[in-house]
Amino acid sequence: MMAGLGQLYQDLILDHNRSPRNYRKIENANRRVEGNNPLCGDRLTVFLRMDGDSIEDAAFQGSGCAISRASASLMTAAVKGKTRSEAEDLFDRFHRLVTGTLNPADTQSLGKLAAFAGVAEFPVRIKCASLSWHALRAALNQSNSVVSSEQ
Amino acid sequence: MKLETTAPASDIRPGLVTGPPKRFDVERVRGDFPILGRRIRGRDLVYLDNAATAQKPQAVIDAVTHFYAHENANVHRGVHYLSERATAAYDEARQKAAQFIRARHPHEVVFTRGTTDGINLVAQSFGRSMLRAGDEILITGMEHHSNIVPWQLICEQTGAVIRAAPVTDRGELDLDGFQCLLNDRTRLVAVAQVSNAIGTLNPIKHVVALAHERSVPVLVDGAQAVPHLPVDVQDLDCDFFVFSGHKLFGPTGVGVLYGKEALLERMPPHQGGGGMIATVSLERSTWAPLPAKFEAGTPMVAEAIGLGAAVDYLSSIGLPAIASWEKTLLDYATERLSGVEGLRIIGTAQHKASIVSFVLDGVHPHDIGTVLDEDGIAIRAGHHCAQPLMQHFGVPATARASFALYNTPLEVDAFAAALGTVARMFR
Repeated sequence: MMAGLGQLYQDLILDHNRSPRNYRKIENANRRVEGNNPLCGDRLTVFLRMDGDSIEDAAFQGSGCAISRASASLMTAAVKGKTRSEAEDLFDRFHRLVTGTLNPADTQSLGKLAAFAGVAEFPVRIKCASLSWHALRAALNQSNSVVSSEQ
Repeated sequence: MKLETTAPASDIRPGLVTGPPKRFDVERVRGDFPILGRRIRGRDLVYLDNAATAQKPQAVIDAVTHFYAHENANVHRGVHYLSERATAAYDEARQKAAQFIRARHPHEVVFTRGTTDGINLVAQSFGRSMLRAGDEILITGMEHHSNIVPWQLICEQTGAVIRAAPVTDRGELDLDGFQCLLNDRTRLVAVAQVSNAIGTLNPIKHVVALAHERSVPVLVDGAQAVPHLPVDVQDLDCDFFVFSGHKLFGPTGVGVLYGKEALLERMPPHQGGGGMIATVSLERSTWAPLPAKFEAGTPMVAEAIGLGAAVDYLSSIGLPAIASWEKTLLDYATERLSGVEGLRIIGTAQHKASIVSFVLDGVHPHDIGTVLDEDGIAIRAGHHCAQPLMQHFGVPATARASFALYNTPLEVDAFAAALGTVARMFR
């Protein structure tokens, strides 16, 4: 495997693709948003259980590539227990990470999500990495709907 | 690398042999395509995305460059030397395109922007003038979106409805199902000769015969057929045949709509403008004869000339020889891919063009595409603009390798080896 590919498919990402965490439906979810990437047919649903302003539980289901599955898996783990504004802030930093515009000093603040730094070298995969996050943001904005990575 | 083959007569479908089989020298063919010499990330390019667009031989690049450098002017109406030259070159390109698909007359060939444009032209012109509420258009479950959506648009406008003939588990057209759907309300059949997503070669002559028994005209989407096999529209007896230049080793932005003269004559223009009129007054206009009636505005002159050069190039090699070489590639690729653990080929029709669609256990097609790209291997991953067909097979997407005349068995080896790497990496 060449360096770039190894950066993209880090062990953590391969692991979360093989066995995604929080891959389930939340029966008593009060937010549910479907995310579509019409170009590749990726389709996943993000479920949230909100308690006031804080994310009590987060989960997802659906089909997608390794990057979008692993990203959804790590996203749900990262935002659980966070407040809405903390999650928004995390998405902002994550988005800058995968588009290669995050200050390198801030990368460590992302914890495990820093594994997605390699995506910046693969522009067509940015949408895969951010699909679940777009769905999360729509869910936080309280719209039970469908979001598209093309927006 | 020395890879040559002689096309055995048995490999060529009956009725399509146009001359003695020619020897096929793939190394010489590769030398005609400058892009094949370039490297991707330090690796030799292995281009297996030909069904999306094909690479261009030097002859096509030269023809377009020569036109712009030496002959560029607008066609028709011009009285000056360059306009006469450009008009002659444009007309010659039409003759070449007509000859290529064995059209009876050059004026049965309308230059379009491509396959999509051609189908939309027929949908709007034929559809709007001939369709009434309750009429039916019969397509198949394996069509490209470009042979579905234009019909949906015209159905919304006219109240006509679309019926889709079923596809079997192997990805073949279910002819009994097709026949059941053909009825007194059917006004047009629209079907792909070769499926872009899974490579199935449909029995067009049979389909046309069934439709014609009920006097229903047939449009054939030939986009994926013309690069791979000889086409004779008179032998097929289809009423419309559409294809794109860029999949045929020609430029983007040009394509062909063939229509039988009598049908094209009956159809109203789909666009108004310069070039398509006989007379214009402020009250009304009359239409130019075929094919100008359907070519409003300044046409894609350089692109059409490039398409003419592509047709010349393919004819110099011979479509039967190309078809035979590609069958060798398809059989070899099918064999090699079958040896990759967890790989399943989607679309196992008895008759196929050199397109292989597949899925790999536990690996999304996009990840396959990204990993292969690192080795300089270009394939396509996704729904291939054929979502109804993907739904039929119960997959959101497939990976697709599509071979052209310049691909080699060694490239198939590199491709299969890289797939082995992918399988190991994600397991």
